[in-house]
Amino acid sequence: MSATFDKIADAPQTGIPFQRDDATTIYERSVPGRRAFAAPPLDVPERPLAELIPQRFLRTTPAALPEVSEPEIVRHYNRLSKRNFDLDTGFYPLGSCTMKHNPKLHERVAGLPGNARLHPLQDPKRAQGALELMHGLQEALAEVAGLPHVSLQPSAGSHGELAGLLLTRAYHEDRGEKRTKVLTPDTAHGTNPATVTMAGYEVVKVGTAPDGGVDVDDLRAKADESVACLMLTNPNTLGVFDRNIEEIAQIVHGVGATLYYDGANLNAIMGITRPGDMGFDIVHFNLHKSFTQPHGGGGPGAGPIAVSERIEPFLPKPQVVKRGDGTFDLDEDRPKSIGKLRGFQGNYGVFVRSYAYIRSLGGAGLRDASETAVLNANYLLALLRRAGVAEYLPAAFDRVCMHEFVLSGAPMKRELGIRTLDLAKRLLDHGVHPPTVYFPLLVDEALLLEPTETETKETLDHFAAVVAEILREAKEDPEIARNAPYTTPVRRLDEAGAAKRPVIRQPL
Amino acid sequence: MSTYTSVTDADRRAMLDAIGVDSVEALFADIPAALRLGRGLDLPAGLSEQEVYAHLRDLAARNVSAEDEVSFLGAGMYDSYVPALIDSIILRSEFLTPYTPYQPEISQGGLQVMFEYQTAISELTGLPVSNASVYEGPSAVGAAGYLAKLTNGRPRVLASRGVHPHSRETLETLSHGYGQTVEEIPLTDGVTDLEALKAALADDVSAVVLQQPNFLGSVEDVAALTAVAKEHGALVICACDPIPLGILQPPGEQGVDIAVGEGQTLGNRLDFGGPSFGFFAAAQEHIRRMPGRIAGETTDVDGRRGFVLTLQTREQHIRREKATSNICTAQALNALAGVIYLSWLGREGLVELGELLVRRTAYARERLTAIDGVTALHDAPVVREFALRLDADVEAVVEQLAAQGINAGYRLGRSYDEYADGLLVAITEQRSKAEIDRFADALAGAVAAHRRATVGAGAEAGR
Repeated sequence: MSATFDKIADAPQTGIPFQRDDATTIYERSVPGRRAFAAPPLDVPERPLAELIPQRFLRTTPAALPEVSEPEIVRHYNRLSKRNFDLDTGFYPLGSCTMKHNPKLHERVAGLPGNARLHPLQDPKRAQGALELMHGLQEALAEVAGLPHVSLQPSAGSHGELAGLLLTRAYHEDRGEKRTKVLTPDTAHGTNPATVTMAGYEVVKVGTAPDGGVDVDDLRAKADESVACLMLTNPNTLGVFDRNIEEIAQIVHGVGATLYYDGANLNAIMGITRPGDMGFDIVHFNLHKSFTQPHGGGGPGAGPIAVSERIEPFLPKPQVVKRGDGTFDLDEDRPKSIGKLRGFQGNYGVFVRSYAYIRSLGGAGLRDASETAVLNANYLLALLRRAGVAEYLPAAFDRVCMHEFVLSGAPMKRELGIRTLDLAKRLLDHGVHPPTVYFPLLVDEALLLEPTETETKETLDHFAAVVAEILREAKEDPEIARNAPYTTPVRRLDEAGAAKRPVIRQPL
Repeated sequence: MSTYTSVTDADRRAMLDAIGVDSVEALFADIPAALRLGRGLDLPAGLSEQEVYAHLRDLAARNVSAEDEVSFLGAGMYDSYVPALIDSIILRSEFLTPYTPYQPEISQGGLQVMFEYQTAISELTGLPVSNASVYEGPSAVGAAGYLAKLTNGRPRVLASRGVHPHSRETLETLSHGYGQTVEEIPLTDGVTDLEALKAALADDVSAVVLQQPNFLGSVEDVAALTAVAKEHGALVICACDPIPLGILQPPGEQGVDIAVGEGQTLGNRLDFGGPSFGFFAAAQEHIRRMPGRIAGETTDVDGRRGFVLTLQTREQHIRREKATSNICTAQALNALAGVIYLSWLGREGLVELGELLVRRTAYARERLTAIDGVTALHDAPVVREFALRLDADVEAVVEQLAAQGINAGYRLGRSYDEYADGLLVAITEQRSKAEIDRFADALAGAVAAHRRATVGAGAEAGR
């Protein structure tokens, strides 16, 4: 065994109960004859299946699902759960993901039978509570965005982006215009350019100025009548608020394009400034970020959009509306609508949680959340600007940050011989989820940190101390970080091998 | 007002000192004054937890859910039973509160769940490649259309009129962006018209989209439809209801290239339409064009078995504008519920459940079509849902039954002009014979009460 493996003994034990389990799958636990399900009694005539459905349409071999008892299922998944790190257990400063606390009340209210067992095609007359809730959420999101109209339908941020570009296309087509390009800054989330392609446009990249904002001259040079839209995140993925946003909006609107707001970073500005007031035409919200739907290991989320008057006619259908008599309804009669982006009305269960959050906090509470998120980010940045850290992990931009900030690991790599990846992996041994790494792309060896308003000063102090400790340790022996982690359920995994020879299902 | 932060006044002072500014306000100096809101958000004041609970409880009480009535409403989502162990597992913080497993060393639980889920979906569909979930059913159909476009670049898509109206509309919305046109293939006797499909097919057809069972509940002859599509090199996309796949021939064995579907009935609640999950499985040749996350098995440096997100060069965070999809956050927690549910049913249980549904549905279909004024809209074989024609004012009938605590089903006229007299009835394992009998008696009464006048019936038939 390598020398570094001996370092396991030296690794800090932080008390996170990661289980070194054996990764046995549910299929490998299967034993013929075991079962958890007892079918309700057959209370109608037992007719041969082939009498009801022609034999040629029937399956000949059952799907090889596992044969397991209820106790085995519960134990299997509970043990698997212990091989996950989660927000309820520890610090999760994953940049651009807004890992804020998920209030426990939300699961209780989402689970009320009147919500959980409500059929999406129930007659609107008999779903008035749900529609009122959705209408209330629409109004609240409109107020936060500073834009008058909201569709709750998109299922995630990237789905909201797609909605935004399809709305842009419909808007221009309605005016008899054909536009082919969408501008995205080189700091954009990957979903932006991917969405542009899916919506049938060509991506044109806009550069970033030395202060971290959009390069306005580059924008001016590229903005012309062939441009449909500029997609922007503000504050952007560098954690920087673009001071030139009014000028940017003027340039974009000057050529008749729409200005799209990627709401991934909305948590910085709730109640402080509004995308609509900055000149944005279309905004998406990530309800699983700013509005605290639990992230679920990668969903569910929701990506509602807010739009200006001129975009409103094209919103997806159905729209939740309030009728003159005070009742709520689903409006399908929208002749200029882009149509549907998915089935039914959207991820209602997510709406319940976000609505509960907004009602709990109120306007002042949302503002307080944003202020605290920005305070926490700046405090952590200040801690990491101290000697022992700053010379190896300098801030990418020397200015006040918003709710997140970017460090560059380039000097660390050069001076200490450990990469951002190694630092991230060593953080795992300290019971901390690493920041987003290698994003944004234009910062070498980038780390993107977003502490959120959830965290205490002590947690931030601890994190800064851990980073300093890892750097100090690397000065003595960089091999420790290079081979980390040691204490996790598994150590570094062969990702290249997994992609080269994909095993993506269990052979049964 | 509830608060979910921990910063005290003393903390704030200490933190501002460390930052080197004298107020929180100073941290927002980059925001131009003209863009400041300058007032509080115009939202209702914050409430205590118990007040929020009471408000949400009152709103929920104004909905009539499947808890409050005997529901025969399906049409894409079904009142199936969610076993208690699902809530117990998915509410665990370790599954509920992490995000996408970007750090596999501390995400083995979630990654293994994805691997197990992919295996189950692959088994159900008979196709070797499954991703870890997409948003939900209809957008999965749209995503499949995009895969077809990436695969062969052809301009036309043919969708059966038996495909869920929401799926067809979603496909149309999305394809308008990526540049395909969607044409409809009509239904005859409740199933996709094979001759009409043959007539519409040509070498410029990218994909044919089917649904199994279709929106009217009919079991389609997918193999026959697929065979004619293949003659023109078109891909076949089949949207499947996963529970019937326990007894029906899997799409992979029928030549289908891409099987997608709505996963709600696999252990997920109705939730007024979401969140649920969509499943997405395909033939091996599409593995590097699949949308969404895929987990793969590998080993760590010590040779221990582990799982990672794999084939990420398809994905937006790596490939950006060249990605095969823009999907990022999907439905991991709902897919977890799905794989727990399938493990709970197990190999035998899935078949037993399918058989139960077929038999109860057959009973209900016979019972209801025996009513004077009620006929079958089609005679095709069905699994869990079937369509009726009522010689009565359908809306009035549905209203009368609602008043008696029965949700009669989906008025087909809401999305099919040609079936204005149609009612789509769904049976789940939660609908007993006694409930079906009660429904039949109530329906007989309501149809008799709202029978169309003889003259009116003639006019109706002429529509």
